[in-house]
Amino acid sequence: MHSKTETTSMHLTRRAFGAGLAAGTGFLAFALPVRALTVDQARQLVDKLIADINATINSGQSEEAMFGDFEQIFVTYADVATIARSALGPASKSASAGQMAAFTKAYQGYISRKYGRRFREFIGGKIEVMDARPYKSYYEVISTATLQGSAPFDLRWWVGDKSGRSLFFNIIIEGVNMLASERTEIGAILDQNGGDVDKLVAALNAS
Amino acid sequence: MTCQRIWNGLTRMTISLRPYSVKRCKAPMVAALLALGLSACAPAMAPQGINDPFEKQNRATHALNLKLDTYILRPVANNATRILPDEVFIGASNVADNLGLPGVVANDLLQAKIGPAVHNTLRFAVNSTLGLGGLFDPASKMGATAKHTDFGETLSVWGVGEGAYVELPAYGPSTQRDTVGTVVDLVFDPLRLFIPKDKRWVGTVAQIAARIGDRGRYSETVDSILYDSADGYAQARLLYLQNRRHTLGQTTAESDFEDPYAQ
Repeated sequence: MHSKTETTSMHLTRRAFGAGLAAGTGFLAFALPVRALTVDQARQLVDKLIADINATINSGQSEEAMFGDFEQIFVTYADVATIARSALGPASKSASAGQMAAFTKAYQGYISRKYGRRFREFIGGKIEVMDARPYKSYYEVISTATLQGSAPFDLRWWVGDKSGRSLFFNIIIEGVNMLASERTEIGAILDQNGGDVDKLVAALNAS
Repeated sequence: MTCQRIWNGLTRMTISLRPYSVKRCKAPMVAALLALGLSACAPAMAPQGINDPFEKQNRATHALNLKLDTYILRPVANNATRILPDEVFIGASNVADNLGLPGVVANDLLQAKIGPAVHNTLRFAVNSTLGLGGLFDPASKMGATAKHTDFGETLSVWGVGEGAYVELPAYGPSTQRDTVGTVVDLVFDPLRLFIPKDKRWVGTVAQIAARIGDRGRYSETVDSILYDSADGYAQARLLYLQNRRHTLGQTTAESDFEDPYAQ
């Protein structure tokens, strides 16, 4: 429920911001945003990321070793701090800097294990980049995952450079949005722990 | 782990409701259909967010469905897929998909999608003959891969909005619109024109075997959603709605775009 109000208010903020800009600068408001990152660079990032994932899922390593590799891939290619803050939702605003640091670190391990388990089912399959296009003020890199014995499916990566580096911050699997799913899940674990961020961190570390 | 497949594992937990809904729902369904058809003029707006006014009831149904999965579907599926070779379930899935094709073609036509209607008619013809009654899927190997649709999608094309989210007993996640769609697809299945009454059990058996196969083959992923999530109900709801909207080609509504850098 709260995520809906939040996106609405974000929408209003952006609109209000746009209106202010239009009032202040007239036609300049219609100019396209400057993109530091190009569509080719976004695509190259995901190409490298997918090469690393493919190498890991076909490496024949143990599950534990693969989780370590996935965590390394996640840290290298994803904007972990932003994804973690988004997953924590409104609670991230009241959490202390120390809590946020502990949460981000715990979340990084948690999500590497969780998605690592899912990616492990890709063993023997492969992911290929098909296309890349500008999306809002970011880029969407479109890939197809082909698994043994099932129809190919659509895997999209949202890439931006607002963190100062080119990193992905969301994965869309057949329309299912990782950030939305994570916010639901982390919100539920936080509720189970009475809204206590320290207990949430402990729960994630124990998972 | 294609989402569609996980769905098959997650949603069609069992199809034991089938004969029951067919017998009881005909008249009210036709009335509902007419009402929906009359009000449907413009294409439906892209749905947004989560509309779940029946959450309390839905969560109770989810608890029931979890019990059905824990005590019946999951153990049966895990054992069956361990004992029997994959080919059995792939064959069953092919038969079930093939027997569903006349219904798919009917919906293509109702959506005025002539290309896909021809495509799916050819698939039915090829797989029913060369594919030995649908046991194999040579049409896909020839390049005519599956292009599924259903009456829920037809309603969406006609402009009917998705309505509220509902979790159906023994079936799983749906919406009000898709529930009507599912029932209409069952009641008005054109397959009846092709198959004599005493042979209809073939389709039902194939469907049950296909669901068992999907539940077994994607066991870990389905388990992770149903049992490992802190709130499996909310995860299943989100997964269903987002995947369904994606399948229907509904792009994310502007207000649903989450910009994590703007939060």
